[in-house]
Amino acid sequence: MDLNLTAEESTFREELRAWLASNVPKDWDEWREKPMEESFPYLRAWQRKLQEGRWAAVSWPEEYGGRSATLMQQALFWEEMARVEAPPMANSLGLGLIGPTIIAYGTEAQKKRYIPKILSAEEIWCQGFSEPNAGSDLAGLQTEARLDGVHYIVNGQKVWTSYGWVGDWCELVVRTDASAAKHKGLTVLLVDMKSPGVEVRPLRQMTGESEFNEIFFRDVRVPVENILGKVNDGWNVAISTLMYERGSYGARLHLIFKRYITRLIELSRSIKRKGLPASEDPIIRQKLAQCSAEIEIMRYNQMRAFSRITATGVPGPEGSIQKIFWSELNQRFQQIAQEILGSYGQLMAGDSHAIDKGLWSYAYLRTRGNTIEAGTSEVQRNIIGHFVLGLPRSY
Amino acid sequence: MQFGLSESQEFLKDSARKFFAGECPSAEVRRLMETDTAYDAALWSKLTDQGYTGIIFPEEHGGVGLGKVELMLLMEEAGRALLPGPFFSTVVLAGSVLNAVATAAHKKQYLAPICRGEVRATVAILEAGASWDLRDTRLSAANGKLTGEKFFVPDAAIADFLIVVARNGLFVVNSKARGLKISPMSGMDLTRKLYVVEFSDTPAEQLAASFDLSRAFDVATAALAAELVGGMQRTLEVTVEYAKTRKQFGKPIGMFQAVQHQCADMYLETESSRSAVYYAGWALEENSADAATAVSIAKMYASDAARTVGNRGIQIHGGMGFTWENDVHLYYRRAKASETAFGDATFHRERIASLVIDSPNVSALSAQSCIR
Repeated sequence: MDLNLTAEESTFREELRAWLASNVPKDWDEWREKPMEESFPYLRAWQRKLQEGRWAAVSWPEEYGGRSATLMQQALFWEEMARVEAPPMANSLGLGLIGPTIIAYGTEAQKKRYIPKILSAEEIWCQGFSEPNAGSDLAGLQTEARLDGVHYIVNGQKVWTSYGWVGDWCELVVRTDASAAKHKGLTVLLVDMKSPGVEVRPLRQMTGESEFNEIFFRDVRVPVENILGKVNDGWNVAISTLMYERGSYGARLHLIFKRYITRLIELSRSIKRKGLPASEDPIIRQKLAQCSAEIEIMRYNQMRAFSRITATGVPGPEGSIQKIFWSELNQRFQQIAQEILGSYGQLMAGDSHAIDKGLWSYAYLRTRGNTIEAGTSEVQRNIIGHFVLGLPRSY
Repeated sequence: MQFGLSESQEFLKDSARKFFAGECPSAEVRRLMETDTAYDAALWSKLTDQGYTGIIFPEEHGGVGLGKVELMLLMEEAGRALLPGPFFSTVVLAGSVLNAVATAAHKKQYLAPICRGEVRATVAILEAGASWDLRDTRLSAANGKLTGEKFFVPDAAIADFLIVVARNGLFVVNSKARGLKISPMSGMDLTRKLYVVEFSDTPAEQLAASFDLSRAFDVATAALAAELVGGMQRTLEVTVEYAKTRKQFGKPIGMFQAVQHQCADMYLETESSRSAVYYAGWALEENSADAATAVSIAKMYASDAARTVGNRGIQIHGGMGFTWENDVHLYYRRAKASETAFGDATFHRERIASLVIDSPNVSALSAQSCIR
């Protein structure tokens, strides 16, 4: 056990820090409040700039434009990005999930066709996985693709698609063999979102905004060369994408949570309870301490998990504790924030009395989604029960 | 950066697990817990042969010179086996206190025999008020003699000497000193006995007039949390095993999500406690700026988690979990005693608050945490 950085890790971080110091945009604060439709060209430009420095996809192999970064280097990357409050990248799903899946399963022609434009943010990618009747039970999805000469004809509906409204391409999971067992009849297609018959609608969520879309496919023709991996082997391709999702997302959360708790502690010093600052109230102190401690433990868990992946080569199902840990912690955290802010906690963006421009009321509502998105807490507990502890499958 | 165990650390943990499995099985734990002191001389000499009694102490005093992470690993395995007797009080507690504050001569006199396995010792801290804040200490020595009482002193009846915390210094009292009376308290944990120690004009040798025990107590506190992790691990293992074999409604009960999800939570709580304990061990070893915070985080989390894991373990065992013959309650009892020892979760949350909230820039929670 040695938590000091290795020489390679230090060099990586120094290089990144130097690059960020002279390249991170100074005006992101002016843009971050605007609707994503407006700021999207800005985010594309930022990603292009990162890629000019070969920083957009550090985890990718060098031959595909990445840096073959280790997991620890990837964690360092996201920490540094969070530390300087860098804007997000426009093509985050393409870089984080879909690009790596194409590198793993794609033909040489597919890699040549898609990878450079993922890196340059010229083509934005979205993920067509969940359906109205296939959420946790993803393998039960019904969107069908019927072979017609050199095309598949796709019909069906996808939901909870991030970046659907701006997506140029979609990694779409479809059923190609209705007679096979449900996991066996799936195929992944790379679908041009400008194809006739694709319709994208915004899905308004409980926060009032629309991060996600619904996508409808009506007789959409997809050339057979757009199959990713093998026909009827789509389940393995899709699972590989979901593994990238769990691996990469957690890395940046720690500093984000830390920034929030630091701000909340700061606020608690100026909010009065019985004539004293809330930060001196014994009960509030207990709750803030519990939260601070769990934010640290989230980090320890993550570093342990990364070390295990580094040693064994594959992300294990133990990663499931991370998802449960951060999502449930975030909900408790936002409840504590509400208790401290009192009546002001409910004020939404736009209200002149709102604290931090309504950040806390938004976060309180948004965190309800944390235990649902990217695998519900219930599914995560099933994964631990069955795959880690070896208990019999419950469903 | 590597937040996993090195090969030698894995080896130490592995051999400790095998050692305790062979020398301290459940039957032996149950035999010893029925005795007055839970101490066994033969077991102690085997612990000594393994080098465990000198694990973290300098070689010049007969120790093995290993680090705090190694101590955490040993205590985790000791906790998993529910090792009875005075190992914690002698080696971890008295040993760390001596190592932190004693002069070279006193180390030779008191620490070296601990390392060599020749003596048992303990530290008398609490008084009738049972406060873990040392500023509440009332006992005070006059003319080299102590008069007063200490409560909740672990393993006092088997100790060859007691280190006594007083207002005006740290003292050593020989177990054969006059005016010393040791009477058992009937604690919940049957494997670690507690005593009231009364002094009346009892001669005491001063170790130090002024002293700072915070680092020594941090080592002991983290080690207790490590023991709790071992106890949680064992409780998790036996519970999962039971959930796989116990059948109701024609199915193993572990197939029911109401049971399975509790097992998943036990796993989450155990692993998260383990991460916190390993980090605390590393922070102590490296003397990092957040070491005190890290220890409190580990003790706070593990104290609450051990109780919760025990609750779930007993519940999943159903009626069996409520019987004397099932071992789960032995771990549950230990967990309760260790929860309060060196401050419960509420105590440590307040300590975290004072370290984190009361510092102007929240620097006690290091801005980088693991990464430095």
